[in-house]
Amino acid sequence: MNTRAQIRMLPDGRRLHMHDGPIDLIVQAFGAAAEIEVAYRAAAERFVSVLDELCGELAFLRSPTREDGPLPVGPIARRMAAAVQPYASTTFITPMAAVAGAVAEEILQAMTTLAVLSRAYVNDGGDIALHFTPGKRFVVGMMEYFKPEPTALPQRVTPHELPNTPVFLCDPRGSRSLSASDEPSPDAYQPQKTTLFGTTTIEFANPIRGIATSGWRGRSFSLGIADAVTVLADTAAMADAAATIIANAVDLPGHPSVERVPACELAPDSDLGERLVTQSVGELTREEIIEALAAGISVAQSLQAAGLIRSAALNLHGETRVAGAISAARANSARERDLLHA
Amino acid sequence: MADDAIRCDACPVLCYIKPGRAGSCDRYGNHEGQLVRLDPHVMLERAQSRGDSLVPFLDKSRDWDGTLVNDAETFVTAIGAGTTYPDYKPAPFIISSQVQGVDMVTVVTEGIFSYCGVKLKIDTDRHLGAECSTVRAQGEPVGHVTTGEYGSQMLSLGGVRHLTGGSRHEGTVTCDTLLSLCNGKAVELEIENGAKVVVQADKAPIVDGIQEERMRVGCGSATIGMFARQWFGKVDEVVVVDDHITGVLSEHQAGKLLGIPETGIKMKGRRSTPGRYFKVAEPGTSWGGTDISDPLSILAPFDPEVAKPGLRLLMVSTTGEHYAYYELDEALRPLEKDLPSALRESVARIKENCEPALCTVLFMGGAGGSLRAGVTENPVKLTHSVRDSLTRVTCGGAPVYVWPGGGITIMVDVSRMPENAFGYVPTPALVAPIEFTMKLADYATLGGHMNHVRPMNSIHRDEDGRKKVMPRPDNPWPLASGRVGKGE
Repeated sequence: MNTRAQIRMLPDGRRLHMHDGPIDLIVQAFGAAAEIEVAYRAAAERFVSVLDELCGELAFLRSPTREDGPLPVGPIARRMAAAVQPYASTTFITPMAAVAGAVAEEILQAMTTLAVLSRAYVNDGGDIALHFTPGKRFVVGMMEYFKPEPTALPQRVTPHELPNTPVFLCDPRGSRSLSASDEPSPDAYQPQKTTLFGTTTIEFANPIRGIATSGWRGRSFSLGIADAVTVLADTAAMADAAATIIANAVDLPGHPSVERVPACELAPDSDLGERLVTQSVGELTREEIIEALAAGISVAQSLQAAGLIRSAALNLHGETRVAGAISAARANSARERDLLHA
Repeated sequence: MADDAIRCDACPVLCYIKPGRAGSCDRYGNHEGQLVRLDPHVMLERAQSRGDSLVPFLDKSRDWDGTLVNDAETFVTAIGAGTTYPDYKPAPFIISSQVQGVDMVTVVTEGIFSYCGVKLKIDTDRHLGAECSTVRAQGEPVGHVTTGEYGSQMLSLGGVRHLTGGSRHEGTVTCDTLLSLCNGKAVELEIENGAKVVVQADKAPIVDGIQEERMRVGCGSATIGMFARQWFGKVDEVVVVDDHITGVLSEHQAGKLLGIPETGIKMKGRRSTPGRYFKVAEPGTSWGGTDISDPLSILAPFDPEVAKPGLRLLMVSTTGEHYAYYELDEALRPLEKDLPSALRESVARIKENCEPALCTVLFMGGAGGSLRAGVTENPVKLTHSVRDSLTRVTCGGAPVYVWPGGGITIMVDVSRMPENAFGYVPTPALVAPIEFTMKLADYATLGGHMNHVRPMNSIHRDEDGRKKVMPRPDNPWPLASGRVGKGE
């Protein structure tokens, strides 16, 4: 029995919170009460071995993926490997780029295999796997930052929900700072520091079943300068890998306002080794912002053309660019912002 | 690899963490070479009741500065405060506040406890293991079975012998087990030559895969004793079905005393003393902890020499959850009938007297040298001050029991503390919050670190890394006057 794992219902009595080491999941299932119970039990049973499984082949999962390289053993590790495989021939990537999305998918599958649910999601620190049936939908909100937060301590961000429609705040810092004791309350959410830069609705007819967000302020290191890149893709692991790749591409190589540090100096066992990761982004001109976003959009469009993502929203210093159908969303609408903060 | 990085062993990721950085979970970090938890510092804040006479004053103080905390309504706990270990320095927070015109001080520190453990009360009548049997978690010995109590089995876990006196792995597993139990998580324990039990503070125990629901009111025989008077005259025979001792009213001493006549009932199982039967069925999860679903299956045919048609028989379990009422027909066969209203009350009362079965976890530890030195330059004076009730001790704001005698050895119910109040250090030892509250004048007398005292309003409530929580309504307010300071 894994005694580290912490599994409990959040105070709202509806969402399940599961935590083990660096993994922090918020899970919600919708449907008949008995089915929800079956689903949560299945989620918890699957969850307790996840971290040990991944750590069992951590060295391999941290090593660069080669096009025809060997495959890992565990089912989650295989999801990770499959999601990063399309990038292996052209760039440096390790299976860890898809770990959060892959864990979310695995837990969601454990739930939907055993229970009949109208809708469900598994949110792994902002990387989200979705399940729904015809007629059901999810609303997704994307976050940006107005001012850099130099603090090393995690900030508190509480998912904000509208009745009957989960609204995910796709936050590159993740939702892991949400502790089980936090009551979701509007006070916990800090509009002076964060704001939504757009919302989008995902319906059953969309092939989208995964959402991920990446950026240099996030929990994982980024090689780029994007504040937040939110990706919608067919699976959560695909979205996770793609968000990493696109966020890396939003960049101004060699720019003096960008502070970069070798990853291994910050975390000696980082899979990024000596690669320079972004630690802060200073003042940029409007032209520079547009240039960096354009570099990201060009990568996003090629991933979209290759069928690796459905759409992406890129945010840097308050500017937003979108690729794909997400443009149908009311990105950067001031009215929407007021509505959701109200 | 960098020499100044430390290896975190809080989970199997085993991050190398550089000084000033956090691991991949952001929950553990390297602070000057020590592995520390980065959890927020917890402050209790009482809701201000409207209409209270203090409101105008509170409002005025808010006008003055809205970000500062109000003295009397805020209590800074030691959870996440940090420790004095290993160097003997003043406690991380020594906070003065005014409570009803009296200057108070609360010394707040997280103590590192090598001498500590958990006393676990498990509400079950099932035999978990013989006294002194070793209790194991993850295959390692972490404690032992101690003296059982009425309706409950008791385990004593942890202690310095398991934490640091055995193998490294034994110490790690013991620490892990204590930490999980104290932070309200479930733990699986295996008792030598006994049961496997899953325990969690304030939750029902799961013994060998079966969850306990309610504590029985007593064994079947005791139940007969308790309720004989209430049954007298309303029914001719009562069988209280119990896996341990099944009781029969007409044969039991309590029935004899009331002059209840013989009924000709014949029980299966082994008779112990009159009206008390062992092993009427196999253990199970049905009637009174047996495996029966039909209570008549534990009866043999009535004795035709004694029994009479129309005889009234109540069968009930020790928890009142199962019951059935019968009357004998002409052939002396019991026929089930509706429970007469006169008997309904006694069945309901059995049920009412069966409390939910719970596991309760008391953390027990002794405040050692470094901790007391963080409070005063002359540690024994703190012990005396606690002994003389001049200093109140709390854990995360929860009340504690201080053992009489030497030292400061405390017990606290972990379920009355804020969530995740405990941590650990790789020594291995447990980190528990402890606060000492006393009058400022008394603090000066006992040799307190007076130049480190800072006012409550220097603590910013909304600062990053500080978390405000509501105190539990059933805990006394730690700053409330009454116990602290003689003559109040």
